[in-house]
Amino acid sequence: MSLDFTLHTTPSVPLEAEALSAAGLAGLSAAEAARLTVVHGNRAAEVGEFFRVGGTPDGEVHVSGDLTRIKRLGAGMTGGRMVVHGPVGMHVGTGMTGGEIVVEGDAGDWVGSAMSGGRIIVRGNAGHLAGSASRGDAVGMRGGEVVVFGNAGNEVGSGMRRGLVAIGGDTGDFTGVNMLAGTIVVLGRLGQRTGAGMKRGTIVSMHPADLLPTFGYACSYRPVFLRLYLVHLRSLGLPVSDAQLAGRYRRWSGDAMELNRGEVLLLDHP
Amino acid sequence: MASVLRILNGRVFDPANGIDGEVRDVCIQDGRIVADVPPDAKRIDAHGMVIMPGGIDVHCHIAGTKVNLARKVQPEDHRHDVHMRTRLTRSGTGGSVPSTFTTGYRYAALGYTTAMEAAVTPLGARSTLEELHDTPVLDKGFFVLMGNNLLLYRLLQEGRDEEFRHALAWWIGATKSYAPKLVNPGADEAWKGHRNANITDIDGRIEGFDFTPRRVIAAFIEAANALGLPHPVHIHCNNLGHSGNFATTLETMKTAEGRRAHITHIQFHSYGSVAGKSRENPTSRARDIVDYVNTHPNITADVGAVMFGRSTSMTADAPLAYMLRRFGGGKWVNADTEMESGCGIVPFTYQDTVYTNALQWAIGLELFLLSDDPWRMVFSTDHPNGGTFMTYPRLIRLLMDREYRKEEMAKVNQLALDHCGLRDCLEREYSLYEIAIITRAGPARLLGLADKGHLGVGADADITIYEEHADKEAMFSAPRYVIKDGELVIEDHEFRAEHEGRVLHTAPAYDPAIEQVIEPFFEDYYSVRFANYPVGDHYLSQHTVVPTAAAAPA
Repeated sequence: MSLDFTLHTTPSVPLEAEALSAAGLAGLSAAEAARLTVVHGNRAAEVGEFFRVGGTPDGEVHVSGDLTRIKRLGAGMTGGRMVVHGPVGMHVGTGMTGGEIVVEGDAGDWVGSAMSGGRIIVRGNAGHLAGSASRGDAVGMRGGEVVVFGNAGNEVGSGMRRGLVAIGGDTGDFTGVNMLAGTIVVLGRLGQRTGAGMKRGTIVSMHPADLLPTFGYACSYRPVFLRLYLVHLRSLGLPVSDAQLAGRYRRWSGDAMELNRGEVLLLDHP
Repeated sequence: MASVLRILNGRVFDPANGIDGEVRDVCIQDGRIVADVPPDAKRIDAHGMVIMPGGIDVHCHIAGTKVNLARKVQPEDHRHDVHMRTRLTRSGTGGSVPSTFTTGYRYAALGYTTAMEAAVTPLGARSTLEELHDTPVLDKGFFVLMGNNLLLYRLLQEGRDEEFRHALAWWIGATKSYAPKLVNPGADEAWKGHRNANITDIDGRIEGFDFTPRRVIAAFIEAANALGLPHPVHIHCNNLGHSGNFATTLETMKTAEGRRAHITHIQFHSYGSVAGKSRENPTSRARDIVDYVNTHPNITADVGAVMFGRSTSMTADAPLAYMLRRFGGGKWVNADTEMESGCGIVPFTYQDTVYTNALQWAIGLELFLLSDDPWRMVFSTDHPNGGTFMTYPRLIRLLMDREYRKEEMAKVNQLALDHCGLRDCLEREYSLYEIAIITRAGPARLLGLADKGHLGVGADADITIYEEHADKEAMFSAPRYVIKDGELVIEDHEFRAEHEGRVLHTAPAYDPAIEQVIEPFFEDYYSVRFANYPVGDHYLSQHTVVPTAAAAPA
C-alpha cells in the first residue's frame, strides 16, 4: 500500500510543497508526513492543514485533488515513484535527480525544469518551459526524461544539455531555444522560432514547420538513433505510427548564429 | 541609540595616530571617540581581540542604475543565495551583486562601516541615493561620472576652462556626489559611433573634438584640486585590461604634474605585453607602476585585486564590457546614458587555470607586496569586478600569510607566474598595522574623511573588534563587534540594532552664472528639463556635507 495525500482544503494562495516527494517521504508514517512543512504564501504550514494523509509508506506516493495551486510537487526528488491524480501547478519535479512522477492530468509551467535524472510523465497537457532552464541559468535539463501526452507551451527544453523531452501533441514557440544538446521529440506541430540559438542537439517533429532563416536544409535520411527513441516512446504509450518509425526525415542544421551543429528533423511526406 | 561605551583590554591598531597593537581603552560617547567616559558606562572586554577603525571601501559598485541592471540579469544568483530575514534585518538576495539591504548587512558583518560607490551617471543620482538610503549600517557616497560629459567637452573645446570648473562644481553639488570620476575618458564618442571602437592613445584625438584624453584628465585634475575637493578626482585610465596598458597608466599619472589624483583599480592598468606576441598575451608591469607611485606622493591608488570565482564586470567603460563579452560569450548589457556616459555589464568568472586570470590575480598581489607606502596603495577588488567584497578576508590572508600564499600560488596557472614578479616578493607579510592602513586609515586619508579611519578623540565612533586568530581569513570574516556612529550594531557576531548610515557628499562653490551656460544645453539635448535635474535635499535622509578645502596648492 502506498502513502496517500488527498487535498481537503484548497489553499487560498499557492502552496510550495516540495516536501511531498517520494524520496523525501520514505519511511515516514502518515502522521509524520502530515507534520512536514510546506510554504503557504509567505508563511510555513503543515501538510496536514491541506492534505488528508493515509496509507503506509512503501516508496510510492499518491497525491489527489485539484492541485493547480500546489507548486513544486516532487521537486528535487531523488528516487521512488509519485502518482499525481488531478491537475497540478507549476514546477512539478523541478530539479529532480531520480525516480518517476506520473501526472494523471494537466501540469502547470516548468515541468521538470533543471532536472538531471528520473522520468516525469504527464498524461494531459503541460504549460510553458517544460524541461527548461531556470530563469537566468544558461544550462537547463541535464538528464532524465519528460514525456507529455498532450500539448506543451513555449520554450520547451530551453537550454537543455542532455536528456529527452517528448511531447505527444503540439508545442508553442521557441521549442529548444538555446539548447546545448539533448533531444526533443514533438509528435505534433512546432510553434515559431524552433531551436533559436541552439548550439547542438536534436529537435524532431512529425509535421512541416516554419524554421528560422538561420537554419539550412542539409539532407533527407533515416536516422537510426531516432528509430530507437521512437520505439522507446511507443513503449511508454505515445502514439508513434509505423510511418514515423520507418519514415525519412529532412534535416535542417542550425542555429547558424551559434555553432550550427544542432539539427531539426522534420518527417518527410507525413 | 548611540551608546556610552568603554572598550578595554583590546590591542588597538590605529595607524593614523601611530598606535600599533598597544593595549588601551577606547571610549565612546554621542557617536564619537572621547577621552574618557563615566565609570558606569557599558564595558566591552576585548581581551584577546584586535580593535580597528571600521573598514572603508574606497571603490565599489553597490548602488545605481548599472548595479540594478546587473541584478536584473542574474536571477540565478538570487535563487542560489537567499539572505533570510531576521527580527532586525530584512531579507534580500546575495550573489556577486547583492540587493541593497543585504549589501549593507554583509559589509557590516565583515567590519566595514563606509563604502564609496564608484560610478554613477548624473541622471542616475536619484536612483542611487534611493538605493543608498536602503543600504543599511554603512556611511556611503558616490563618485559621479564626468569624464565623457558632452557639455564639459564643449567647454574644453572652446577653451572656457573657468566655466569648466564652475560646471564641474555645479554638477557635483547638483547630484549630491562626493567626487568626480573619469572612466576611459574620450572613449564614449567613438564607441557610440562605430562597431567595437575605442580610444587607445592618451594623446589621440577624441572623436568629434580637437583635443585628447590627456587634456581631459589634466583639466579635471586642475579643476578638482582648485575646487579643494576632499577627494580630487577618481581616474579609471584608458585601455583598461589591454596588454601594454601600463604605459598609458604611467602617462596618466604624469599628467597630474604633482597635483593630487587617485588612480583606481590600478591592477587592471598594470599590464605589459610579450615582445612580438599579439596583444592577447599580457604580462605584469606591476614593478613599473609601483615604482612610480612609490616616488610620487601626489598619487594615490587602490589595487582592484582579482580573486578567483564569480564576479560581475560592471563599468562605464562600454568597449571593455564588449571585449569581455567576447571572451565569455554569456550575458551582456550595453547601455548609453544620454550626454553623460556609457555602460557595460558582463557576469564573469575568474579561473585560476586561465593564464590571464591567474596573471591578474598575481599582479594584484604584486602591487600590494611591492608597495612602499600602504597609505597610498590601498585595498580594493573593485567589487564586484575583480571579486566580490565577500572575498576581502581571503585577500587579507593572502597578504598576511606567506605560507598560505605559496599554497595558493601552487594551484594557479604557472605560466602566468613566469610572466610576473610575484615569485620575487614571496617573503613580505602584511602586519595587522599595515592591514589597518590599507583598509581603514589609508582610504580615509585619500578620501579626505578627517573623522574616519582613526580612533583619535573626536573621530566618528566606527569601530570593528576582531577576535585574534592565526587564520586571518577566519579572523576578518567575522568580527565579534561592529560599532557604527557609537551604536553597537553587531555584538557577539549578531545584529543587535538597525542603523541607517549617512550619505557623504560635497558641495563645492561655483558661480551661479554657470547655470545660464548649462540650462540651454539641457533644454536642447536632455530628456529631462533643467529644473527637474538637480537632486533636492529631500532626497537625502541622514547625510553629511564633507567640506572642501580652501584652494589646494597647485
